[in-house]
Amino acid sequence: MKFSDLHLRVPLNDWEKTRRLIAKSSELGYSQVGVPLPPGTKQEVVDRLRQVCEEFGVDLVTRLELLPRSSSELLGSLRRFRRQFEVVSVLCVSKPLARQAAKDRRVDLLSFPAVEPRKRFFDWAEAELASRSKAAFEIDLAQVLSVEGFSRVIFLSRLRKEVVTAKSYGVPVVLSSGATDPLFLRKPQDYASLTLLFGVDVPFALDALSRIPAGVVERNKLKQDAGYVAPGIRIVRRKGSLESR
Amino acid sequence: MIKYVRRRYLALKVECEEGGVDQRAVSDVVWNSVLRLFGEVGVSQAGLYFVHFDEEEEYAVVRCSHKALPMVKAAIASVTKIDNKPAAIHVLRVSGSIKTLGRKVDAEHREESKES
Repeated sequence: MKFSDLHLRVPLNDWEKTRRLIAKSSELGYSQVGVPLPPGTKQEVVDRLRQVCEEFGVDLVTRLELLPRSSSELLGSLRRFRRQFEVVSVLCVSKPLARQAAKDRRVDLLSFPAVEPRKRFFDWAEAELASRSKAAFEIDLAQVLSVEGFSRVIFLSRLRKEVVTAKSYGVPVVLSSGATDPLFLRKPQDYASLTLLFGVDVPFALDALSRIPAGVVERNKLKQDAGYVAPGIRIVRRKGSLESR
Repeated sequence: MIKYVRRRYLALKVECEEGGVDQRAVSDVVWNSVLRLFGEVGVSQAGLYFVHFDEEEEYAVVRCSHKALPMVKAAIASVTKIDNKPAAIHVLRVSGSIKTLGRKVDAEHREESKES
């Protein structure tokens, strides 16, 4: 089983820490890491990151993390940057924004702030929209580790409800680390055990750490292909190549 | 009739930013984690026992009840601090007997040293 962590928050201004995070991910058994990059990141930074990942035997997935304030800002960012990144996630901080992100086919991952339960808008309406657009619901497990006490009680209770909603509407769930420090990284099997706290069984959790994120990346790699037109439509051969035959 | 109690042995690797953790600190943090997440009933069901701790290598072997294994693994994964220092505990292997656990961990060690 190949495991993916689509949310490894490496500090791009501290290459030593970046190396340590990627090395730790590789040591813990991940074969694919998604690194959030700001829009307009220079190609040389991406190349250097790819080089570090190759050194530790890990595949790099470039991820765009959008934090828009309004639906129009989200649409503008998607129009400009979608094709440049392998995975696009949206941190939904308002209901209209969450709904817009859930119905847009260009959005891959929907994430919500952990510490503010009122800003978690993953309800049945959101799940229905997400299931149509094939957007996945992302859970950062570093958030489960970092919150304590009553906040954790509330957070786990929200997560339990959200996972049930996602399951009943067939929305794929992606488990990511969301770690900024190597000590917040765990083995995929340990993360799967941790999901017991919000009522997820181990096979489902392992799927959310391996098959589902890998599927999201695979789908987007196909979209980035030059011959891609729309879902189910791909250019197989061009006129010139037909004549030369 | 005496009922046979099924147990599981877990090999753990302790990672602490500043190092120098002792068995007492590790056992306390695991106990407290089970207590915090699953309560007193959970701790009573877990049957936790620290079998061995290697201070140099920071490896530990913990025994727990077979039925409480998912609970203990979740509690171990949720540890983020030992003695107020940032830390993590990783489960290396789980086995039904100490003998097999030792064999599995040794085999893994050998494979890792071969690779490096």
